[in-house]
Amino acid sequence: MKLTVAGNVKEYEDGLTVAKLIELEKVETPEYVTVSINDEFVPGDTFEETVLNHCDSVEFLYFMGGGAYDIHQ
Amino acid sequence: MSIYIKKSDFDTIAAHAAAELPNEACGLIAGRLDGEDRFIEKVYLLSNPDRSPEHFSIDPKEQLSAIKDMRQNGFVPLGNFHSHPSTPARPSEEDIRLAHDPKASYLILSLSEKEPVLKAFRIADTKVTQDSIKFIL
Repeated sequence: MKLTVAGNVKEYEDGLTVAKLIELEKVETPEYVTVSINDEFVPGDTFEETVLNHCDSVEFLYFMGGGAYDIHQ
Repeated sequence: MSIYIKKSDFDTIAAHAAAELPNEACGLIAGRLDGEDRFIEKVYLLSNPDRSPEHFSIDPKEQLSAIKDMRQNGFVPLGNFHSHPSTPARPSEEDIRLAHDPKASYLILSLSEKEPVLKAFRIADTKVTQDSIKFIL
C-alpha cells in the first residue's frame, strides 16, 4: 500500500501499524512524538494496534514546550 | 553552525512576544539549510495554550498546519522559538527537559533587558550547544 509519510509517498506492506511505521522510519525519541493520520491525532497508547490504510497521510510531530519557571536572574 | 535571521523576522518575533506579555510567546521557524548554516525564511506566530508567564507548549494542531505550510513553500522545519518575559535568554531546566528534537534549533527571546535579546541553542541528551545568530536584511 502507499502511504504519505511526512509529505513523502512511499510503499509499505499492508497491515502496518503506527508503532511499526515509527520503527521503520527510525523516528528519534519516539516516546515524545505525536502522530496524526489524515489530520486526526492518534492517542499514544494506541500506536501498537492502530493499523494504517492505503493512501493514509501520516505526520510525526515532536511535542514542543518549555518555560522559564526554574530560571533565576 | 550559524542561524541567519532577517531583521524583519526578528522584529516580528519580538512584537509577538511583547503582545503576549505577561505570558510566554512561542512559534516555529522554517527555512533552508546551507551546509552547517540555517537560514530562517518564515516565522510562525503560534498561540501558547498554557497562557503562562513561566511555561509554554505548542498546540499540535497549529504545529501540523505550520508544517504543511512549510512543505508547500519548500521550507524545512528549523525549530521553534519562545520568550522569557523576565529572565535571560538561556534554556531553563524545563526547556532542556522538554527538548525532544535533537535536530531542532531552539530560539529564546528574552524581554528582561531594555532591548529584546535573541539566542539560539541545540539541545541533545540534555547537552546544550549555543549557536551564533546573524542578522541579515
